[in-house]
Amino acid sequence: MMKRILMAGLILCCVPAAWAAQTQEYSLKNGMKVIVKEDHRAPVVVSQVWYKVGSGYETNGTTGISHVLEHMMFKGTKKHPAGEFSRIISQNGGQENAFTSRDYTAYFQTLEKSRLPVAFELEADRMRNLQLPEEEFIKERKVVMEERRMRTEDDPNSLTSEQFTAAVFVNSPYHHPVIGWMNDLENLTANDLRNWYAKWYAPNNATLVVVGDVKPEEVLKLAEKYFGRLPTSEITPPKPQREIRQQGVRRITVKAPAELPYLIMGYQAPTLRTAAEDWEAYALDVLAGVLDGGDSARFARNLIRGSQIAAGVGAGYNLYARADDVFTFAGTPAQGHGIGALEQAILGQIKRVQDEPVSQEELDRIKTQVVSGAIYELDSVFYQAMKIGILETIGLNWRVLDDYVARVRAVTAEQVQAVARKYLVEDRLTVAVLEPQPIDQGQAPRMMKNGGGHVR
Amino acid sequence: MYVKSIIILWALVAGAAQAAPKIEHWVAANGARVYFVAAPELPIVDIQVAFDAGSARDGNFPGLATLTNLLLDDGAAGLNADQIAEGLEGVGASMGASSSRDMATVSLRSLTDPAQLKPAIEIFKGVLSQPSFPKDAFERERKQLLVGVSARKQSPEEIADELFYQGLYGEHPYAHHPDGSDDSLKSLTAENVLMHFQAYYVGKNAVIAIVGALDRAAAADLVGQLTEGMPAGLPAPSLPEVAGLAEGKLVRQNHPSTQTHILLGQPGLSRGDPDYFPLYVGNHMLGGSGLVSRINEEIREKRGLSYSAYSYFMPMRLPGPYILGLQTRNESSDEALGVLKQTLGDFIAKGPTAEELKASKQNITGGFPLRLSSNRKILDHIAMIGFYQLPLDYLDTFNARVEAVTIEQIRAAFQQRIHPDKMVTVMVGNHGQK
Repeated sequence: MMKRILMAGLILCCVPAAWAAQTQEYSLKNGMKVIVKEDHRAPVVVSQVWYKVGSGYETNGTTGISHVLEHMMFKGTKKHPAGEFSRIISQNGGQENAFTSRDYTAYFQTLEKSRLPVAFELEADRMRNLQLPEEEFIKERKVVMEERRMRTEDDPNSLTSEQFTAAVFVNSPYHHPVIGWMNDLENLTANDLRNWYAKWYAPNNATLVVVGDVKPEEVLKLAEKYFGRLPTSEITPPKPQREIRQQGVRRITVKAPAELPYLIMGYQAPTLRTAAEDWEAYALDVLAGVLDGGDSARFARNLIRGSQIAAGVGAGYNLYARADDVFTFAGTPAQGHGIGALEQAILGQIKRVQDEPVSQEELDRIKTQVVSGAIYELDSVFYQAMKIGILETIGLNWRVLDDYVARVRAVTAEQVQAVARKYLVEDRLTVAVLEPQPIDQGQAPRMMKNGGGHVR
Repeated sequence: MYVKSIIILWALVAGAAQAAPKIEHWVAANGARVYFVAAPELPIVDIQVAFDAGSARDGNFPGLATLTNLLLDDGAAGLNADQIAEGLEGVGASMGASSSRDMATVSLRSLTDPAQLKPAIEIFKGVLSQPSFPKDAFERERKQLLVGVSARKQSPEEIADELFYQGLYGEHPYAHHPDGSDDSLKSLTAENVLMHFQAYYVGKNAVIAIVGALDRAAAADLVGQLTEGMPAGLPAPSLPEVAGLAEGKLVRQNHPSTQTHILLGQPGLSRGDPDYFPLYVGNHMLGGSGLVSRINEEIREKRGLSYSAYSYFMPMRLPGPYILGLQTRNESSDEALGVLKQTLGDFIAKGPTAEELKASKQNITGGFPLRLSSNRKILDHIAMIGFYQLPLDYLDTFNARVEAVTIEQIRAAFQQRIHPDKMVTVMVGNHGQK
């Protein structure tokens, strides 16, 4: 035991330097933040532009607008018409895409390092000069509706998850899905998008993150050249829309064609940004590790192997979000067990962390995993850039990343017990159950040879 | 002339940046083929051991290879599942196992400090060569796979995938789903598992790929430890040939979904196929280059019919599938399939334009450094080179071989190898909803 702690200490010495010593932060005159992290292992660079806007900034009636706008960002400026952005990046050997979440919308390119100016030129152009033509919008809205059908409508577990989230949050904007409700998508207009673009897309609402085989001063010079002269906008931060206090357990059922039942339950919980005391957020993070941090954690050991009640079960806590979030449990019962038994088993595990402090071995294991995980994640330039972008965009500072290992290592068994008792309580609980409905397939697959009609 | 000079210039630029990692190769005492790349920057090591023990080796027991692979960490060398998990996670290591049609792999990521690496290797070695296949774990993992079978039945995408492989491969071992079916899983016995393990998890049937902060001597030492308890055995026998499709087939399956998932294709390429480069580069512009491919342009950009529309070759030991696919609301499934077929037909008939070919070459060769930008990616590449016995200079010559592809070669390869009239078409969706 002694040895293990000591070893972890040895590894620790090398981790904090990874972020602070290799990361530079700048601010352009127009308020755009530029953060550069050096990683010289391969001659590549990832460039990401992060905007402080996402579904968590939206209001009812126009949900999904941030994500549709993300799609439209590839549909052209005066200088670079629809599709040209992607063609130019592709011809430069690059990979590119974009993603939208509750708290952010981000655009990225991964390139051989000498091509960085190509990405900057294009990103700077579409930050202020997007055209949003009507006919492109009509087509792209169809694409997004197909995306929603694929991801949500036809997947019973995601459908349940979406309705679970809507039940957890009543007035917080986290209530609605990132992709938006179908009816809102159907009624979205190009004009809605123009207003949304004008409201949020400006250098003073953006963070540029660059990670790779680059020199920070050179990246700064390039950033000044391409982004430095872009005009600012007056950005009005969103209203707090703080979630109302929950007063009792909420239960919902979702009926959909499916073969397997599915359970999601969750407790409203603070994040690092919203917690009254930082340590509470780190203790919740460790708690998630105690329950679900690998094959030796309690869920795998007791619910999947031991009692064999669950075919799959997980616990999730999100340290980094702009507003209060939810500590989630989700799973599918094993054959011969019902959803009720799975719920009871999860509640039993929760009661145990409330009643007894976690063991020193468990704490040590999680801390060791956190230390090694912090090193493993350095293998991906993309992931390093992601982390910086998320932290900055939710209103924390990337330097928080340097604290992470030390803060997790400081968490005590008593603190884990304390947050379990404070937050994993019935008055904060929402439970959603997928009740499978028969999948009507009609007849067996019909096979036709060259258009002929015989039934297999 | 002008065009040519640009290409040459490009090749020089790309060449300067491409420095592929130096792969060291040797054969372990028990016959395992080893591929090693030193990556000194981070204090970590990745090891992947791949056996020719995928579901193509299931014989009469679909699901056997997957179940065997899943059971490896449920007990080994005197440790039970809890002890294996604790032992690895207690030193911050992580182990993974996976099984596909061609291969079954077991992998480990650990810090290189001996205090962590040594205990991790000790456990990893036990899992590789002395699994105990406990009876209760056998039943549990089998039940898990049965739950997986049910999960597949509620996903139109997975249903389509399964029907597609059945349509392409008929009686061939590539036809069945690697995770098996209700019936096949129920018929499996613990003895099947043991026999599968003993036949295929052996030195002469293994490839070991290592990337990390080690020198060659340390890597060789590691391999020595990992292989000392693993018998040499025999390489797996050749698989039966894949027969081409004699005629076109349309398979329709009803599912209460809002979209129809469409897959279209035929057996395509094996690893090392002489037509690999013309077909790979050709498909890149047809449907392999994401947002800028012809298929994406026709289906998504011009018509808004699908979120994702694509085509790709999946090269395997024997010809793996050539797949074209999309998903669209039920009402537009016939229209989308028509556009997909039209786009494929046009490409086969006329081939790419010079501009398209140039752009694709620029993307592939210019993006070469991206393929090797992390230890994980290097590991995947050398494991692939090792498993399929591609030449050791595969990465060094990759860009030159892409550059050498001509429009004529692409057209000829597509016309010879791709036959739209003999393809399998799978449509899974609510066919009443039109």
